[in-house]
Amino acid sequence: MQVRRLTAFVALPLVATLGLAACNSDSASQADPNAVVSVQIAEPQHLVPTNSNDASGTQVLGALFSPLVTFDDQSKPVESAAASVSSKDNKTWTVKLKDGYTFHNGEKVTSDSYISAWNYGAYMPNGQGNSYFFSRIAGFADLQSTDPDGPEGPKPAPAPKATAMTGLKKADDLTFTITLSEPFTEFKTVLGYSAFYPLPKAAFSAPGVLDKDFEQAPIGQGPFKMVGRWIHDAKVEVERYDAFPGRKPKVGGVEFRIYLQPSAAYADVLSGNLDVIPQIPTEDLATAPDDLGERFQRSAASQLQMLAFPTYEPQFKNPDVRKAISMAIDRDEMIRSIFKGSQEPARSFVSPVVAGYRENTCGQACEFNPTKAKQLYRSADGPSKIRISYNSDGPHKDWVDATCNELKANLGVQCDAVPEPKFADLLTKAQAKTDIGMFRMGWIMDYPSMENYLGPLYSTSGSSNYYGYSNQQFDTLVQQGAAAPTMDDSIKKYQQAEDILVKDMPVIPLRFGQNNYGYSERVRDVAVDLYSRVDLNTIEVIGNS
Amino acid sequence: MVRYVIRRLLQMILTFFGATFLVYALMFGNQSDPIQALAGERPVSDALRATLTEHYHLGRPFLVQYGYYMRGLLTGDFGETLSGRRISDIMAQSWPLTIELALLAMVFAAVFGTAAGVYAGLRRGGVFDTTTLAVTLLVIALPIIVLAPMAQLLFGVKLGWFPTTAGARPTLYGLILPAMVLGAASLATMLRLTRASVAENLRADYVRTARAKGLARRRVVGIHVLRNSLIPVITLIGVDLGTLMAGAIVTEGVFNIPGVGSKLLLGIQTEDGPLVVGLVSVLVVVFLVVNLIVDLLYAVLDPRIRYV
Repeated sequence: MQVRRLTAFVALPLVATLGLAACNSDSASQADPNAVVSVQIAEPQHLVPTNSNDASGTQVLGALFSPLVTFDDQSKPVESAAASVSSKDNKTWTVKLKDGYTFHNGEKVTSDSYISAWNYGAYMPNGQGNSYFFSRIAGFADLQSTDPDGPEGPKPAPAPKATAMTGLKKADDLTFTITLSEPFTEFKTVLGYSAFYPLPKAAFSAPGVLDKDFEQAPIGQGPFKMVGRWIHDAKVEVERYDAFPGRKPKVGGVEFRIYLQPSAAYADVLSGNLDVIPQIPTEDLATAPDDLGERFQRSAASQLQMLAFPTYEPQFKNPDVRKAISMAIDRDEMIRSIFKGSQEPARSFVSPVVAGYRENTCGQACEFNPTKAKQLYRSADGPSKIRISYNSDGPHKDWVDATCNELKANLGVQCDAVPEPKFADLLTKAQAKTDIGMFRMGWIMDYPSMENYLGPLYSTSGSSNYYGYSNQQFDTLVQQGAAAPTMDDSIKKYQQAEDILVKDMPVIPLRFGQNNYGYSERVRDVAVDLYSRVDLNTIEVIGNS
Repeated sequence: MVRYVIRRLLQMILTFFGATFLVYALMFGNQSDPIQALAGERPVSDALRATLTEHYHLGRPFLVQYGYYMRGLLTGDFGETLSGRRISDIMAQSWPLTIELALLAMVFAAVFGTAAGVYAGLRRGGVFDTTTLAVTLLVIALPIIVLAPMAQLLFGVKLGWFPTTAGARPTLYGLILPAMVLGAASLATMLRLTRASVAENLRADYVRTARAKGLARRRVVGIHVLRNSLIPVITLIGVDLGTLMAGAIVTEGVFNIPGVGSKLLLGIQTEDGPLVVGLVSVLVVVFLVVNLIVDLLYAVLDPRIRYV
């Protein structure tokens, strides 16, 4: 017994020193280039580029495919699989592909690989989730059709006029042109999205007909290729594709492990069964800094959370009422107490991940100032009763309740937080202009551009403008920006447009999302990009030696 | 006996159709916008909405939709989910997992519950009896939604005795912790029930007679007491299957087992009628079969019960 205790006393510091020594040598130790890392995903809805827009699907496709352009630190597009993407008039774009790219089945990547994939994606009867990405291309309308008796009627919709967009033309095997229906300066940025990946001939069972089995084992031209098939609810495994001519990853493969709940994945990271969790669930955020230490990291993401006003309602017509409400909300305190610092306060109308973002464009109107807020609210004759609707299928109750309490205390109004069961219910009611009061809204970008926030969210015909905001001058500026000669010119126009939003305040920007990710002791150099995907080019596995 | 079984099986067919109709109607009533539910918070373009609505017959009257579904079902086709997966594939994958998990949980609950119950019943008021009484009280009081993450944190993350999650292709070892969590409430109830009925039966006349005949204590307890005490316990197993399935929704989520419980939850969240109806219909059949077996077991345990 005594001997044993003695040994323990001697062994303990010894082990500790050895451990420390091991730690020190870790940072210098060689990475294991053939090791496999495991990354958490949820069950993807699809693994077809033109149909996949959930974070899990795009994460897997990002490993299997290489995009035409990627983005630098300023979110400006840089050529990747393309040798050049250029246009003289921003209407006809010429894409030159780099030579040497092959699909994982050996097939050469050509202009046709892109053209056939995009035509498939745009053809309405294929029901592809990303088809709207192709809507800028000339001839897109010919691939759509309208059902004479509506989608609910018994008759099927007639086949569209054409199966190929007139705007896509092959020049030679490595060059093709894209003609847009309207000039769009930032089209190069749009090409970075996963909807624009190419597809091999093997993907199609007949021209224009995707093999139903293709998404079980997608064939791409990216840095990794599939190992076996997609095992539903279990995992998708990929390994390094050695014939890939671009930047080579530093790991041998990736196992995308499918989790039903992120909290289970978090437990697995803690016990070393999983390497990376891209988004730690809110309930674990409080303990994450202690649990993971340095291995708990944050990076910018594109989400924007806001409170929207039904601007068509008389009591919210006056912008001063909206500004007063914004000034009565303490964003910093809410992020500290409810979100445990996992998000960033928003004081601009576009996310910091896009080029042209300026800090604090909202100025005074987003600064917490209860006295001024009350004055302004009184003088603008704001309503004495406020209602905030939110969807209870997301984690919104806490902060909406807190917001209501703040409005009660700082503006002296009555405030009710009203839950709607689902986001869809909220949208349906907002669209029908039902009296739901103020309501929460969120936005995730499709491509990193100011236009992707300003266009859909605030322009009169915007796809997600559920609050009836309409300003002629704003619409014109956004249109001018989209057609400006250079990207810098567009950004200037967009910024002018954003300044109008500051005056009008159709929504209150509240928070910017962040990737709160964690990883195991086995890996290093883990980064999560603006699309909330783990960067598989930088990640390394720490070698044993 | 055979006639009884056949009669029960025929009733099952009726119940099966009744259940599918009821669940389909409930899902239909709850449906607001399955396409948006699937897309999450992303906007859905009108063109896509139109195509999917057409393809899945959404927005048609209830009876038409139910007709499409039943036509498929009678030809052995459970349909497909809104993301295009065959529901029969999902069922073939999720059912074995849940059955394995539920069986393990039931075995765990039955073996430990009755053994400890008999022991506690024989030594009423002893240390073991009072301790188990306190522990079972705690387990019954704790909902599984608290118990499961706690067990995972303690035994999986902190102590490292068990794998933290089981995954889609679990080893038997990986399923032990989830099964223990899932069966914990049943175990506690079973223990208390066994203890009470053993304690009561020990004072019954036939036990005194058996003792007076000079039978060995082992035989008195093992045959006379135990056999009669098991009747309420067997009933509990049949009824508890429902509780187990409810608990499976939580347990499968926490331990990442893509079984029936988690698929059911997913189906409800995404308003996927065909998926929920398919899973529930099979669930109903399983429930009925288990209860038929329980009823037949009564006759084995109690010779006075006979089915004609």
